Amino acid sequence: MDITRFISTHRKLLLVGFLFLILIFVATFPLYTRASDVRVLTTVLIYVVLAVSWAMFSGTTGYMSLAPAAFFGLGIYTMALLQKELPFFLIIPIGGLVSFAFALLVGLVTLRLRGIYFAIFTFGLVVFMTEIIQFLETRLWGQHGQHITPIDNETLLYTMLGLVVVTVLATYFIRRSRYGLALLSIGGNEEAAEHMGINTTRTKVFIFAVSSMFMGAAGVIAAPGLIYVNANIAFSLFYSFMPILMAVFGGMGQLYGPVVGAVIFGYLEKTLRAQLYSYFMLGFGIILVAVILFLPNGIAGLVPTLQDKLGGLMARLRKGEQGEQHANT
Amino acid sequence: MPILEGQDVTKYFGGLAAVSNVDFHVDQGEIVGLIGPNGAGKTTLFNLISAAFPISSGEIRFKGQKLNGLKPHKICRMGIARTFQETKVFSNMLVLQNVLVGAFFGSPNRVTQADAAREASQALEFVGLSAMSETPVKDLTLENQKRVEVARALATKPELLLLDELMAGLNPAEVSEAMELVTKIRDRGITIFMIEHVMKAIMGICERIMALHHGEKIAEGTCQEIACNKTVIDVYLGEETHAGS
Repeated sequence: MDITRFISTHRKLLLVGFLFLILIFVATFPLYTRASDVRVLTTVLIYVVLAVSWAMFSGTTGYMSLAPAAFFGLGIYTMALLQKELPFFLIIPIGGLVSFAFALLVGLVTLRLRGIYFAIFTFGLVVFMTEIIQFLETRLWGQHGQHITPIDNETLLYTMLGLVVVTVLATYFIRRSRYGLALLSIGGNEEAAEHMGINTTRTKVFIFAVSSMFMGAAGVIAAPGLIYVNANIAFSLFYSFMPILMAVFGGMGQLYGPVVGAVIFGYLEKTLRAQLYSYFMLGFGIILVAVILFLPNGIAGLVPTLQDKLGGLMARLRKGEQGEQHANT
Repeated sequence: MPILEGQDVTKYFGGLAAVSNVDFHVDQGEIVGLIGPNGAGKTTLFNLISAAFPISSGEIRFKGQKLNGLKPHKICRMGIARTFQETKVFSNMLVLQNVLVGAFFGSPNRVTQADAAREASQALEFVGLSAMSETPVKDLTLENQKRVEVARALATKPELLLLDELMAGLNPAEVSEAMELVTKIRDRGITIFMIEHVMKAIMGICERIMALHHGEKIAEGTCQEIACNKTVIDVYLGEETHAGS
């Protein structure tokens, strides 16, 4: 009868069951919906990967990276260039590795920068990628943009679902490990972390590269859905800002925060944007300002508060019952 | 036998010598005090030892091994831990997590989860914060945050502990408690090098004191020698303190 106690004692079991239900829902989704809905869900899953992997590094260390678009775009272009040579499923890890290597390089140079300087550099990185790809296409390859052979919606959905599972699991284990502790302490006070025996540069660069790897892999899987890409589409800053907004909206203190944020915003973006574009952006801005003002810990930050309230309510109800019993005897 | 030695230690910030040609040594098992007016270069000297800044010239050796050019995390793993003048706790974490960081990363070998947890809870018990291990560290008083820093440093299993103004901002009762804590740490066999302005504490527990002024060492000796040293009185202690002691 006691719901709060049941939830707190069987927390793990309930969580696993809930996740399993979501998996089944996504897996059976194409059976009872239209193709356009399947594409919407795939896009939502792309955002989940981007938001979760962004929060993996930036949410814990506080280093505000604006580079997701650079690594995501790198994945898209890896797919575009390799689609004729290699099978799709082989390109996914390759796209991840390309982004990983590139992030490693970038990280070694830039993770000495702190605060706003790091943010600006990563912002510049996206612009740089756009320009360099444009240069390569016009000067060397003699073509503008790339055509990507479409792959059927179901395959893309299931592959993206697989990547979501891998990304979430990886984040879960990193958070629980000593790496998670090291990342948090860097976010808390980097100088102190260094003096406690943490090789902060190595930790930052490595996790930055790991998080970029997932973004790159997401780019590969997202590419066939785009059919045609050029540098401006692939490296759109939209892909940098959306994951950040989603992670902030959902809350970065918990693993599920960015997931929730990505699902809500991804769905709204995909469904509302087509019909009422300007109103969507307006509402979007208002919601974000409201969240930052009133829910500094995002949606995930609401849960403990609600739990407290619910627990308090339950306790009061129980007391009321006991009071009645006393009155009866 | 000195556990820590410095020869001609010098640090320039631009043209200014924050620490210039300082020779010093700390013996195994000692409590050594470092005093001097604000801006004398005390914290800079600590920052050079713990490698927060690279040294401009001179040499620092720990157990005979040269420290020049090493990174802070290497210094920590060699067995030198420190606390900070303005507390630098991991404010986004719980008390226990703060100490766990030291336990996990502070020793040269890979530490298992169980060992780190045990080490951290022992360190918390040692500084008297066991009851607060699940509290967010930002909710603690300044005194307790300083204790967290000490516990975090102890969890790295140091042989030498650098305490940077542990007692600043504490009331007299808290100062006595802190003095007791420092003596207890030394009794565990950890050598202590401490910066302090609270003279009662310095005189009460240090075996030897070193005084800095304008980056130069102006005096060194036992508490009695320092308290009566003409230069130290002129630049730092003042006549009244001398008369009082």
